[in-house]
Amino acid sequence: MTASVFFGCTFIAFGPAIALFLFTIAREPLRVIFLIAGAFFWLVSLLLSSLVWFISVQISNKESAVQQKGLLIFGVVLSVLLQETFRFAYYKLLKKANEGLLALSQEETMPISIRQLAYVSGLGFGFMSGAFSVVNILADSVGPGTVGIHGDSQHYFLSSAFMTMAIILLHMFWGVVFFDACEKQRWWAVAAVIISHLVVSCLTFQNPEYVTSLVPTYVILFLMGIWAFYTAGGSFRNLKLCLTCKDKDFLLANHRPR
Amino acid sequence: MSNCSCYSAFLSFAGVSCNSVEKKIYVHLNYTVSCVRLLNATHQIGCQSSLSGNVGVLHVLESEENLDWVLHSGPNPPYMVILESPLFTRSVMMKLKNGSGRVAGVAVVAPNTNPAEGFSPHTTCPNENTGVYSETYEPTMANCNMTVWNPLGNGLSYEEFDFPIFSLKDDNDTQVIRQCYLDHNRAGNGSTPQYPLCAMQLYSHMSAVTDTATCMRRNAINFSLNPEMVCDPLGDQNVWASTRPLNNTAKGHKMWESVVIAAARLDSRSFFFDIAPGAQSGVSGFVTLLAAAHALRNATQEAQPNRTILYTFFQGETFDYIGSSRMVYDMENKQFVVDLDNVHSVLEIGQVGLRADSKLWLHTDPVSRRNESVNKEVEDLIGNLRSAATGLNVTVDVPGFSQPLPPSSFQRFLRARPIPGVVLEDHQSAYTNKFYESMYDNAENLNVSYPPNLTPEEQLEYITDTARVATMVARALYRQAGGEESQLSSIKADPQIVTKMLYSFLVRSNNSWFQQLGNVISFLTGFVCVVHHDFCCLQLVLNRNCTIRIFACSTHFPPPCDSSHLVPQMYNYMWVQGAAPPNSTEREGYCVRSTARLSKALSPAFDLEQYTSKNFSTWTESRWKFIKGRIFLVASHELEMLTLGVGVGVLLSSLLVTYIISSKADILFSSGREPTNATY
Repeated sequence: MTASVFFGCTFIAFGPAIALFLFTIAREPLRVIFLIAGAFFWLVSLLLSSLVWFISVQISNKESAVQQKGLLIFGVVLSVLLQETFRFAYYKLLKKANEGLLALSQEETMPISIRQLAYVSGLGFGFMSGAFSVVNILADSVGPGTVGIHGDSQHYFLSSAFMTMAIILLHMFWGVVFFDACEKQRWWAVAAVIISHLVVSCLTFQNPEYVTSLVPTYVILFLMGIWAFYTAGGSFRNLKLCLTCKDKDFLLANHRPR
Repeated sequence: MSNCSCYSAFLSFAGVSCNSVEKKIYVHLNYTVSCVRLLNATHQIGCQSSLSGNVGVLHVLESEENLDWVLHSGPNPPYMVILESPLFTRSVMMKLKNGSGRVAGVAVVAPNTNPAEGFSPHTTCPNENTGVYSETYEPTMANCNMTVWNPLGNGLSYEEFDFPIFSLKDDNDTQVIRQCYLDHNRAGNGSTPQYPLCAMQLYSHMSAVTDTATCMRRNAINFSLNPEMVCDPLGDQNVWASTRPLNNTAKGHKMWESVVIAAARLDSRSFFFDIAPGAQSGVSGFVTLLAAAHALRNATQEAQPNRTILYTFFQGETFDYIGSSRMVYDMENKQFVVDLDNVHSVLEIGQVGLRADSKLWLHTDPVSRRNESVNKEVEDLIGNLRSAATGLNVTVDVPGFSQPLPPSSFQRFLRARPIPGVVLEDHQSAYTNKFYESMYDNAENLNVSYPPNLTPEEQLEYITDTARVATMVARALYRQAGGEESQLSSIKADPQIVTKMLYSFLVRSNNSWFQQLGNVISFLTGFVCVVHHDFCCLQLVLNRNCTIRIFACSTHFPPPCDSSHLVPQMYNYMWVQGAAPPNSTEREGYCVRSTARLSKALSPAFDLEQYTSKNFSTWTESRWKFIKGRIFLVASHELEMLTLGVGVGVLLSSLLVTYIISSKADILFSSGREPTNATY
């Protein structure tokens, strides 16, 4: 459409992610490293799933639309499962790495906690996933035209950007919940993460009915956000204290010696 | 995500293209023919788009009054105007030219049949400044003061437009464009059309500006490793052949050699680039001369006439006589096999296709005929032509009043010295060609038509012309060259050859006959090229008419036709692909020996670096990167700004929220803190 649409959609899709990166990750080199490693793991999972999908498309019957649609669904499900598998693999790797880092470092305490790792790796997954979802759409939004000459909906760029924002944040929440569940051996939580990821991905099959795909996605985003908040150590009481600015007393009252 | 099946984006090397987003937005135009920019010593003509293409909202013009919507009242400028061919007139185009930024471009829909009334985008007086008539040579005849040769000319080809003008065929793609307009851009009764609107983008950015001197200067700038050329001089090769072999390495005057020049023109043009069918203006002339040369092949070998006949085919005559001025210049500077002293007379074949009442007119130059000796020679030539026409059902006549020569290559010879000559045309005064130098000057204009059910091979053989004019020209040339009377009756042009040539040059050049001759370059356009490519087709056709097959070479690939008894300074040797014999698929090629050669047809102004010359042609053609177009929908400006606003709002609010959360993170995430060894 033009530069204004390009920038608008970029800010919508990557705005929260950029804000999170700037304020929480950019100052700590270790967090940056783990973010990039997380992004790389997601990329490998995509490579594997696209390899499988590509081969299956080549051997399939290209004329049959039903078969192609079925292959697409198969591809999406496979990709989700592979992404979660790689998230688990990254978790295992990080556990091992943390022990190694501890052995190497001079300090007694771990340089980075597993909770922070969960957040950082989730955000890394989110960045890469968002990039692959939306960058080619953004590249085409720079031109003078908008979607619609063949009858498609005009709101393609906007809804893609909002969907990408949701996916990035969701990956972050899923990372937090997933790692915590693996720590505490709560496998039902892992299954819930996988199922919610599947649900969100399959909701996109509703496109171009953007309302039916975006609204449930944001509902799931909100619920996962609350779950992740509680998992990360938040509570309603803390939230109330923060909002009513009574936090200073709280700190003093709850001061514990280390 | 199923927005785009983009797993293959990662594996795009395998050739699975995943640009389905672009396919949702744009429909590319398949057939893009645009007008291009040409420059000469003083002006630039043609069209230009901006570097990133011109975007405009589509509007199909219904009538000339509808221009008011485009120019004044339409609410969504700039507009891209689609013109049907009846509206492609000078008045509409001039109004659009003065549209002051509301016109982004024009697309003209070319009809499938020629319009009933004529259309000629050329000027009314072609090549008026580089002919022989000027202030110093009979000013009363200069600048078409006596006869306006092309009265239908509206001069559009020589105007400058600052928006792109494309030509569309009337086919399915254009129907898509019209449908898009009807669906989205059509205003209801008095209401303005709603966004999204259908729009088109046309790219035809031209690199050269101002005039030839400027662009040649810019060509010469050599700062970088890859110097970029911005324009090229128009020019190509002339083709010439002689009935007696002439020593090509000994240039300049040839003793005892008297030459009759039989000239024709090869090229033509139209408003758009590379569309130049030129059926009546070019093809009719040179096909006639080729057929005459073919008819003379035996008589000039067995009973050689006194004088040599030099067949010359000039390239670039449309643009101020590039080919003929070059040949005359070479003759004057001893760079050609003969020089002007060797030239006895000139017979030029002009536009001879549309003979009403089978009548042909012989035009001469009255000024040079004031000289007695020249007048006598001209009368002899006219007499030869008249007597050659007897018994052939063709009448020739002189116009009967003092009239200047029509625009013809012979004028450049007259500029050098008064040579006797005649130009053969089918019009007594003004042109009978209603479509001079336009895209409609095609086979339909010449009434070259075929019954509907013929295959291309059958069309190739279908007799469309009886070649009487070619026979007359051949006999007249033979007489003029001093041949014997007795041979005249045996000189006959072959209608088969004429019909094959007309088919190949007007309808389709990729046919079996042309393929026998060698590498077929598409010759369907007569536009003079800027790339110096081997003018293969015409030269080879000339070979076939004037040559003798001497020996067979290996058939697998063209060998260098070397053998000890070849005489390259007298003859030109070439490899001809040949036809496949009935039982095999391998073609049997052979070498031909001919006197046909190419000579450079580049205006002397470029060799002399006189880029503002008034004597020679200074035409150049601009270079461009690509010419393409596409259609799509555009959204309203408000929606775009809204998107940007929402994006900036999301970014700022997320920055704010994140800052707040991260500064209060100790508190928010305090419960469930790991008991020991936790750091932030």
